[in-house]
Amino acid sequence: MKVKIKVWRQKNRNSNGSFVTYDSPDLNPNMSFLEMLDVVNEGLAVKGDEPIAFDHDCREGICGTCSLVIDGKPHGPHKGVATCQTYMRSFKEGDLITVEPFRATPFPLVKDLVVDRKSFDRIQQAGGFISVRTGSAPDANAVPVPKENADLAMDAAQCIGCGACVAACKNASAMLFVSAKVSHLGLLPQGQPERHRRVKAMVDQMDAEGFGGCTVTGSCEAVCPKEISLDFIARMNRDYAMSLLKGDPKGIAGGGA
Amino acid sequence: MATLNSNIPTGPLAGKWNSHKFSSKLINPANKRKYKVIVVGAGLAGASASATLAELGYEVENFVFHDSPRRAHSIAAQGGINASKNYQNDGDSVHRLFYDTIKGGDYRSREANVHRLAEVSVNIIDQCTAQGVPFAREYGGLLDNRSFGGAQVSRTFYARGQTGQQLLLGAYSALSRMIGNGGVKSHTHAEMLDLVVVNGHAKGIIVRDLQTGEITRHVADAVVLATGGYGNVFNLSTYARGSNTTAIWRAYKRGACFANPCYTQIHPTCIPVSGDYQSKLTLMSESLRNDGRIWVPKRKEDCGKAPADIPEEQRDYFLERMYGAFGNLAPRDVSSRAAKYVCDEGRGIGPTGLGVYLDFSDAIGRLGESKIRERYGNLFAIYHEITAEDAYKTPMRIFPAVHYTMGGLWVDYNLMSNVPGLFVLGEANFSDHGANRLGASALMQGLADGYFVLPSTIATYLATVKPGSRPKVDQAEFKEAEESVRAMTRHFLGSKGKRTPSSFHKELGKIMWEYCGMARNKAGLEKAIQLISALREEYRTNLMVSGAENEWNQSLEVAGRVADFIELGELMCRDALMREESCGGHFREEYQYTGADPEVQQGLVNSGDVKRRDDQFAFVAAWEHAGAGKAPVLNREPLVYEEVKMSTRSYK
Repeated sequence: MKVKIKVWRQKNRNSNGSFVTYDSPDLNPNMSFLEMLDVVNEGLAVKGDEPIAFDHDCREGICGTCSLVIDGKPHGPHKGVATCQTYMRSFKEGDLITVEPFRATPFPLVKDLVVDRKSFDRIQQAGGFISVRTGSAPDANAVPVPKENADLAMDAAQCIGCGACVAACKNASAMLFVSAKVSHLGLLPQGQPERHRRVKAMVDQMDAEGFGGCTVTGSCEAVCPKEISLDFIARMNRDYAMSLLKGDPKGIAGGGA
Repeated sequence: MATLNSNIPTGPLAGKWNSHKFSSKLINPANKRKYKVIVVGAGLAGASASATLAELGYEVENFVFHDSPRRAHSIAAQGGINASKNYQNDGDSVHRLFYDTIKGGDYRSREANVHRLAEVSVNIIDQCTAQGVPFAREYGGLLDNRSFGGAQVSRTFYARGQTGQQLLLGAYSALSRMIGNGGVKSHTHAEMLDLVVVNGHAKGIIVRDLQTGEITRHVADAVVLATGGYGNVFNLSTYARGSNTTAIWRAYKRGACFANPCYTQIHPTCIPVSGDYQSKLTLMSESLRNDGRIWVPKRKEDCGKAPADIPEEQRDYFLERMYGAFGNLAPRDVSSRAAKYVCDEGRGIGPTGLGVYLDFSDAIGRLGESKIRERYGNLFAIYHEITAEDAYKTPMRIFPAVHYTMGGLWVDYNLMSNVPGLFVLGEANFSDHGANRLGASALMQGLADGYFVLPSTIATYLATVKPGSRPKVDQAEFKEAEESVRAMTRHFLGSKGKRTPSSFHKELGKIMWEYCGMARNKAGLEKAIQLISALREEYRTNLMVSGAENEWNQSLEVAGRVADFIELGELMCRDALMREESCGGHFREEYQYTGADPEVQQGLVNSGDVKRRDDQFAFVAAWEHAGAGKAPVLNREPLVYEEVKMSTRSYK
């Protein structure tokens, strides 16, 4: 099969970008979308043209490195998968496929389809952890956790930190990402001591990074490759309200060294 | 010749680690902050080490080539992590985990290292649980376990099919906490391109900022490499596309010995190759072998039929037949070779004939589809995405693929290489898995090294370094290292050949898989060395690299990594050629059991099983770089077994 791809090309953050359309060589429908880009890039390189820059690593849907908005949808046409798990058999012969980066102010563009998502790391650094020094943990079975809680925490913890939720949201809100992190730890007994300072610190950092508010359109849930539920946002809002009632935590979480 | 002192503590095996910790030097808290440690990599080993060293009070700088310290390929580990907790009351113990690992590694690992690994395994589970890692639980709220290959107890802890992800997010959360409070300085999109050695000691690294192309020098009192394995030398593997050997290879070229490079793990259960365009292979977790049965048709003629049309009596459940005691949970090297044999006989299935079935129909009949969905749902989903087949209805097709490298930089008991001040953790070192790694042991080793071993042993070295004696980055050694990186970049960008780095990588991968993969022999390895040498020459003269130096340039990144893979591939073949025995994942066709051997007649092993030669090869092969164009020097560290008797490895 052959397709055309209309790709966003932009040399760097400070230059203007534009769409450029390329014809693909002959493709195998069992190729992944990224393998299709590999093949297109190999053709560009051999011609002396600059290959299309795109982010990728594990290519099995777990590292969260790949991004891409494909025909207007982050991670492409299918539900519950990342771009790297999207296969060319999902497209038809002769399709014109539009490929763009994840667009959001807190994700500044690096080149072509690559954006910088360090803002997610900074949210985590503000409070996305349980403060437990290495060596100070009790026996793992000392604190039983109801299976339902452990399973729900795992549902939230599956988030791969890709940023598709932000790219899909008209407000560039990071609420689904942050709520997944807050809920994962907040659902476990180990996470209780820091529960309220955690949510406060993470939401404050999220706001400081310039992510927008949530207006509950649900577009984030619809594109999430791990199908993280919107319910976690409600859970985070409750925790956040509680943290406001309890007052400002003293400084950001941390300690240790 | 390098000086290799393993520094294994004296005394009884079970007490070595404790007595070593007691006799090791300590550094007082006020002095710790005067020492700076560079950690390269933020997978399980790198993130856990960075966080823990910072908690202890050292000044830590962490470097990753990824955009975030949460993306390393530890994240893709599916099945689980071993620990000798004996929560199942099924007879597990530190000694049993130690013994299984030694035997699983085919008696080619160090006893003392493996025992320590088994000892700290229990602390890892405690630590991760306290961090909030959502391990699977039973209804009573306590932790659940499952079984993995090479063990007859259930000691594997897991978080659905995403154990690596959850453990890595745990380590990343600990690291994030220490970045947030200033204990760790994090550098992302920062690729280490050289090691700086000053007066024989590792004192810094040269780094390229992948966003801007800027080259910078970084100095520290010690350098820790936790940069993962080098299986991408085969091009097609279950590794992430970005996984590479560059950090450890350039350290090798600065004097660190590379140990047992030929020890490669070929994982039995991966989705088969479908075409030449393919960029990676996807693993189907070993945990599936708890409930899946592996088979091929008994008769070649049936291979083209739909599996449902092949009656039970015409199926060969070959692992159950050949290795009754372990059955479908035979270790990885054994299972992969068995799959290769049945495919060599022409009984492989699927479009290429290179595949075997992994069948869940018995388990679904016994437990119901919902139970199987609960245990492995995400793995079945991944399988469906890639193959468009429903494994609840029809068996999975699987085939072995490169998955892990047991070899790596040589380290002593303190995880320090032969270059003082250079420490190597996780898959990047060689120490704990011998010639074959058991499933669910990589996560255990990465976290053992990072959380518990290095933070204790690094003090032994740092105590010999005067606080404040760090060299300055304008010293000659730093200038020279930076210039060598710049020269390499200039060479790549100035290359005006006709082939891309990726095309060379593909060709290298084919050579490696053909001659240095699941089965190796003298003639093939000699041929591979010649082919690689020619490929290397062509790489020098016929390479083309796009783009410029001072920008995001993925072609340039790949060019450097492929150059290192080509050199490493040659060393792997030399190592495999030198090792005239078979052991674990290293199978030399000349050395295998046959029907004439008493061990086969006694029923201990099968014909075709690996045959070790302990009288000549019970040593670690530590290769030393001798300079460009010169053959590397082989150093031997004898493997001395005090506790376990090296014996024939039987899984029957």
